[in-house]
Amino acid sequence: MRNVWIICRKELGSYFVSPVAYLLLTMFALIFGFFFWNALGVFIIEGMEMQMRGQSFPMNLNEQIIRPLLSNASVVGLFFIPMITMRLFAEEKRTGTIELLATSPIRDFEIILGKWLAAMGLYSCLLLFTALNFAFLFKYGNPDWKPLALGYLGLLLQAGALLAIGTFISTLTKNQIIAGAATFGVELLLWVIGWVGEYETAGWAHVLSYLSVTTHFESFGRGVLDSKDAVFYITGIFLGLFFTARSMESLRWRS
Amino acid sequence: MISAKALCKRYAGVTAVDQISFEVTKGQIVGFLGPNGAGKTTTMRMLTCFLPPSSGTVKVAGFDVLEQPLQVKKRIGYLPETPPIYPEMETVEYLKFVGKLKGLRGGDLQKRVDYVCERCAVADVRKRLLGKLSKGYRQRVGLAQAIIHNPDVLVLDEPTAGLDPKQINETRDLIKSLAGDHTIILSTHILPEVEQTCEHVIIINQGKLVATDSVRNLQARARGAESVLIEVGGRNGSLEAPIVQSKLEQVAGVSRVLCKQQVDSRAFFEVESQKGKLVRGDLARAVVAAGWDLNELRPAAMSLEEIFLQLTGSEASTDGAPESEKVPAKESRG
Repeated sequence: MRNVWIICRKELGSYFVSPVAYLLLTMFALIFGFFFWNALGVFIIEGMEMQMRGQSFPMNLNEQIIRPLLSNASVVGLFFIPMITMRLFAEEKRTGTIELLATSPIRDFEIILGKWLAAMGLYSCLLLFTALNFAFLFKYGNPDWKPLALGYLGLLLQAGALLAIGTFISTLTKNQIIAGAATFGVELLLWVIGWVGEYETAGWAHVLSYLSVTTHFESFGRGVLDSKDAVFYITGIFLGLFFTARSMESLRWRS
Repeated sequence: MISAKALCKRYAGVTAVDQISFEVTKGQIVGFLGPNGAGKTTTMRMLTCFLPPSSGTVKVAGFDVLEQPLQVKKRIGYLPETPPIYPEMETVEYLKFVGKLKGLRGGDLQKRVDYVCERCAVADVRKRLLGKLSKGYRQRVGLAQAIIHNPDVLVLDEPTAGLDPKQINETRDLIKSLAGDHTIILSTHILPEVEQTCEHVIIINQGKLVATDSVRNLQARARGAESVLIEVGGRNGSLEAPIVQSKLEQVAGVSRVLCKQQVDSRAFFEVESQKGKLVRGDLARAVVAAGWDLNELRPAAMSLEEIFLQLTGSEASTDGAPESEKVPAKESRG
């Protein structure tokens, strides 16, 4: 475990020494801040209209702001995850530092786990900015914190699976751009294949919509912990990291 | 310390390393010599557990690279062809990271980092970003990371490639000074480097082992008959080279005399003697007795370069490119 931590610290160090982390944090904060501002504006206008018509329709922060914003965060995350994972192995392969790691007395899975945890760490930092926005809701209103907490759990699990896939793809090439673009393509595909479930009811459509990463997020967004969705993401994490390990091993046999 | 047996590495359709066997004993500096593409790097990568051998075995300090890679990795320091540095790290930060990877902790780690900084002369760039260092410094940081955990075995892949002559000398001296504590294997395609730094040499060509011996033995073996270079000068400003030649040929044990050059009253000869006969004393006496000046008399030791060309030349002649490089090299000496 010490070795995992050594690798993880080094990776986090490279993120935060280079402009990568700050760029991603700034972009994410801006985009999510815009979403938040938008959602809040709509909420306030609706509230005023209700009052003018003399209706007392219950306004709900959880349902009208937190839930849609969490699913926004999950989609925006899709765009940021390739930028987090693309360098993990591709850069080490290009500069030859992979030889240092591979000839040190440390196991492959320790390297992989360390790198994946560092990627999770950076993604968690992105989520911190969303928490900053949500904090205002708690200051001026009283939303339920439990669905929000579950939503974050869902976001982390989803990101974990996608980051694992990105890590795997990063072991396949020396070129960061290729790793990033391929990861982005795969993740976009994993998002949109769920759409067939909306009009098609055949068996294959069910399979496709089951494979979609975003459909499994819905329950978390609603504040429901559905074990089958959690299992989906956890399986994704394991599969992604398992393939990464296989790929690292095959690097040695091939090259 | 290192023992390789029938080591092979095959890629799709290509055999990069073919049945190489060698032994390296503790404390030796061994030069791994071969033209570019001979399989040096591949062999070194197999020694360091970066690549698994296709067949054959390698043992480092008694541990097999396939069965106990972690034990092997703990005992090996490796400097790949390009130093494996992270440009965004500072020198000390990087050395600490590598030290931790190799299992050093706390006080030990700090002591070793300070020690290797001094030893490899990188103490003056401790706080500099590695990406901003010159090639020479990077190479030394690379060496520093290789020795940080005080490994039994050091594997250095072309440690002087791309350095300027001054840096090459410094790096060689550094490697030589490390020899006492570590067993060192270094690869190179530069021949004088082997003569200057190594005691032992392993020559490979096109993936095959060509020779493995001590530098001295190899020179002796390739020389066969002893040959002596001799410069004779005439006393009164004139010298008849053919007369000198016939005189030298009469010396007992001499098999052949070649007049290589004559400049004014000085003539240069290469004298070959029969195997096992020492003729240098007799030659000197013969020259002096005939009233000529003996300006120079020295054994013509064959350089490793000639040995190398002799050993690899016949096989290289099957493909065009190396041949064209070698022919003029041979002629210039003839």
